[in-house]
Amino acid sequence: MGEEVKKIMHVVRRPPHGTIYPYEGLEMVLIMAAYDQEISMAFIGDGLFCLLKDQDTTKLEIKGFMKTLGVLEDYDVEQIYVDSKSMAERGLTPDDFCIAVEVLEPDEMGQKMAEQDCIIPQ
Amino acid sequence: MKFGILLKEGPYNHQAADTAYQFVKAAMARGHEVEAVFLYNDGVYNVTNLASPPQDDRNIVQRWSELGDQGVEILSCIAASKRRGIADEVLSRNASITGLGVLTDIAIRVDRLMIFGD
Repeated sequence: MGEEVKKIMHVVRRPPHGTIYPYEGLEMVLIMAAYDQEISMAFIGDGLFCLLKDQDTTKLEIKGFMKTLGVLEDYDVEQIYVDSKSMAERGLTPDDFCIAVEVLEPDEMGQKMAEQDCIIPQ
Repeated sequence: MKFGILLKEGPYNHQAADTAYQFVKAAMARGHEVEAVFLYNDGVYNVTNLASPPQDDRNIVQRWSELGDQGVEILSCIAASKRRGIADEVLSRNASITGLGVLTDIAIRVDRLMIFGD
C-alpha cells in the first residue's frame, strides 16, 4: 500500500431504526477508521435523526447504535458534517445531537463531497 | 481504469444487482479492469447457492459466478453474511467471505469505487 491517504466520506441519509443501513453503515465506518485513511461522515435528510440524543430502542427490541456513535471520536473520525438545510427542515439544532457536529451549508457540503476520493452512501 | 464495486442490495428484490452486473460487463468490454464486487447489507444474498430462480428468468447468482471465472473477485462481507445465514456451506461458486478491511483496501487501491443500491 502506498503512502497516499484517501478521503472517504460516508453519507447517512436514512432515519435510524427503520432499516439496517445506518447501523451497518456505522460498522463499515469503524472498520475503515482503523486503516489510517481520512474518514468523514455526512448526515443529510432523515439521516440527521440518527444523531438524536436519548434514543431508546428497548421497545423496538433493536440494538441501538448511540453508544457506537460515541466511540467515533476514539477512532479519530472527527469530521462529522450535518447539512444545515436538512436540520432546519426538521426543526433540529446541534444541541439535539449526541455527538459534536459541524454544520455545513448545502454548497459547503457539496464542496466537501467534491474533495473526496470516495463517497459511500449508507 | 480500475474499478471496485460495492453492491448493497439483494437480487431480484432490487434492480441494483442487475445494474451492477451490467456495469461490470460494460466496463470490462471497454477494456477497464474490475477488481472486485464486494457485497454488503442484503447484497450478500447474491451469493447463496440455494437460489433457484425460474428457468425463463436471469440467474443472478450464477452470473456473479461467471464473472468470477473472468477474474473478478466476488466477496461477501462476513459480518453482513453471518447476520443473514450466508456461510461457506451455502456459498455459490467463485464467491468468498471476507472482512470489511478488504473493502477498505479495495477502496484505497481502485480508481473508482462504484456503489449500487438505494
